[in-house]
Amino acid sequence: MFRIDEIKNSLKKNLQLGNLVPQFLLLFVLFFIVYYFTSNAQTNMAARNISSGFGFLQTNSGFDVQFSLIDYDGSYSFGRAYLVGLLNTLLVSSFGIVFATILGFLVGVARLSNNFLLSKLSQLYVEILRNLPLILQIFFWYFVVLRNLPSTENSFIFLDFLIVNVQGAYFPKFIFTNFNAIFYGLVCALLTIFFAQYYSKKLIYERGKSLPIFKISILCLILFTTIFSLIGNTDLQLQQAELIQNFGIFNYVGGVKLVPEFLALLFALSLYTSTFIAENVRAGILSVGKGQKEASKSLGFNNSQSLKLIIIPQALRVIIPPTTNQYLNLLKNSSLAAGIGYPDLASVFAGTALSQTGKAIEIIFIVMLTYLSISLIISAFLNWYNHKIAFIEK
Amino acid sequence: MIINFIQWSKKSLFSNWWNSLITLFCIYLLFLIIPPFINWAILDATFSGKLKTDCTAGGACWVFIRVWFEKLMYGFYPVENIWRINLSFIIFIGTIGLSFFVREKYKLYILFFLIFIFPFIAFILIRGGFGLTIVETREWGGLALTFILAIFGIILSFPLGVLLAMGRRSEMPIIKYFCICFIETWRGIPLITVLFAAAVMFPLLLPSGTLVDKLLRVAIGIAIFESAYVAEVVRGGLQSLPRGQYDAAKSIGMGYWQMNFFIVLPQAIKTVIPGITNTFIALLKDTPLIYLIGMAEILGIVNMAKANPYWLGMAVEGYVFAAIIFGVVSFILSSYSQKLEKKFSTENK
Repeated sequence: MFRIDEIKNSLKKNLQLGNLVPQFLLLFVLFFIVYYFTSNAQTNMAARNISSGFGFLQTNSGFDVQFSLIDYDGSYSFGRAYLVGLLNTLLVSSFGIVFATILGFLVGVARLSNNFLLSKLSQLYVEILRNLPLILQIFFWYFVVLRNLPSTENSFIFLDFLIVNVQGAYFPKFIFTNFNAIFYGLVCALLTIFFAQYYSKKLIYERGKSLPIFKISILCLILFTTIFSLIGNTDLQLQQAELIQNFGIFNYVGGVKLVPEFLALLFALSLYTSTFIAENVRAGILSVGKGQKEASKSLGFNNSQSLKLIIIPQALRVIIPPTTNQYLNLLKNSSLAAGIGYPDLASVFAGTALSQTGKAIEIIFIVMLTYLSISLIISAFLNWYNHKIAFIEK
Repeated sequence: MIINFIQWSKKSLFSNWWNSLITLFCIYLLFLIIPPFINWAILDATFSGKLKTDCTAGGACWVFIRVWFEKLMYGFYPVENIWRINLSFIIFIGTIGLSFFVREKYKLYILFFLIFIFPFIAFILIRGGFGLTIVETREWGGLALTFILAIFGIILSFPLGVLLAMGRRSEMPIIKYFCICFIETWRGIPLITVLFAAAVMFPLLLPSGTLVDKLLRVAIGIAIFESAYVAEVVRGGLQSLPRGQYDAAKSIGMGYWQMNFFIVLPQAIKTVIPGITNTFIALLKDTPLIYLIGMAEILGIVNMAKANPYWLGMAVEGYVFAAIIFGVVSFILSSYSQKLEKKFSTENK
């Protein structure tokens, strides 16, 4: 009964003239603006002989990009070019997120260290890197650091594994034969770990005993993959990049090549974002009261148990929401790639493809929509995760 | 004194073997970075001269900054009119400085002046008109352009951001959901796409023949983009206000706008100043992106100088110069906002 009254009241309130007029006014103004812009756009496009619509996505792009995860050259379509840009954006963002998180945690913990020098140094790191414009840092890495690496003939070679020179970094390519076996091994290992976790939870609730689940997981992974690869006759070969001289010009061919644009963007993004994550981590750890640590000690938890079961879960509640924002910022900031010509979504599609086709409205619309939907997906996922670990208050 | 130092270092640097190891590693790291940098920047650097060929010491060539100083700061703005840019910045900083010395009551007038009157004064001063020679916006550049755009962006975005924040808390569904969509959309896309849109797409949306200046389009784009961030900060301020303030305002018969203008906003705006300052710092660090749509902002000038045959490869000095300026400005602003935050957090308790 009460509920119906409430709804009635709110309906009455919403149907008042004073409330309806501004809302319809807003709708009207919005409609007018959209109509005004679209009609102008139509006349302008007609005057410039640009056809509207998304049909151009199927036509040949006619431009090449220098770094792509999938097969691509000028004979592929604009749709394919979009995919190349999107994959490059996702590549640099996902690596950046991983590195920024690791670095941010290390620096955040280091800022709280008892060691005076270490905590001051980490503070300096944070204060310097987060106060400088990101584009400046990208330029610095690209034009100053990576351009001054040794030439191809005199490359740094680390342990016959990593080759670094002015053209980029080369890793050996992993070539597996009978990779399927390892894959099945991984699946089996994951299933076993899943069941072990389930069992250990049950054990804790029923008998109060705990299993060393982390060690079991590692053991499972190693054991299963080795056994399966032995049975399946898997073989791994490293294909190293080779130095080849062609018309007096040295070049490395083969292997996995990371272009300097990618490296510069990755370094700058991870260092810049790590400073913000470090601040979040510091605030999160400080937010856990001293009493919590003392209480866990008095309950007989050892240091690692109290960290794992008491401190970190509570700190994470404070750390995760702002860190989510930093991940989204990193994704959006990866569009600064346009400054050094790394072929990400913004620079391939909103840069090159736009200047080739002149379809500004469609392309900007697609690019904005893509960034928006990736942002929304990531934030929805992290909201869900945050909700899962959030403290349940009564 | 020395004994104190030894005791202190024993406690905070060498308390156990692990700590000592970290300390030694840190000292090694400092040794690796600081002496070479000082050598490059000061000891081996060249400070006097007129050409790149004067730099023979092997260190930094600060001659470059000296020769290019006006370009780096003001772009291609006519030298004889530079005082106009300086005057606008002096008015801006002076007004803000004044707000520290006047009574609470007058601070709102100062805010009103900054938001609604100052932009016009500064625009007329910098662009010209009313007897001053007109300087086309394509001649604007350098660090001044970055600051002009950032300051205009934050000032113009403020009223819009306040309206959006109020709209998001409104009880009218259409207005509320429109504001939510508007804010979340702009927060979900990178600034660079907004800049591309302002530079390339926006002219297509206007009747053919209307010419809106590129800088103006970019400024509008930045202001709308920023208003979404300002709205979220202001919303935090509105939410932090105790409910009693709203109830009290309503109970003495105030309407929606009266309540907001005389009771809610004056209190909310005070608490969001640190947040707005942080938003401004973020904007200031983002504004150099206008280089990517072909504006001669400080990084653009450095990259141009780098390609100049007489100053080939002068990138590092230019970047370090820009870094020092950005670093100092945003460090001052962020320590100010942190101080303010601390002050407010103790005031409210």
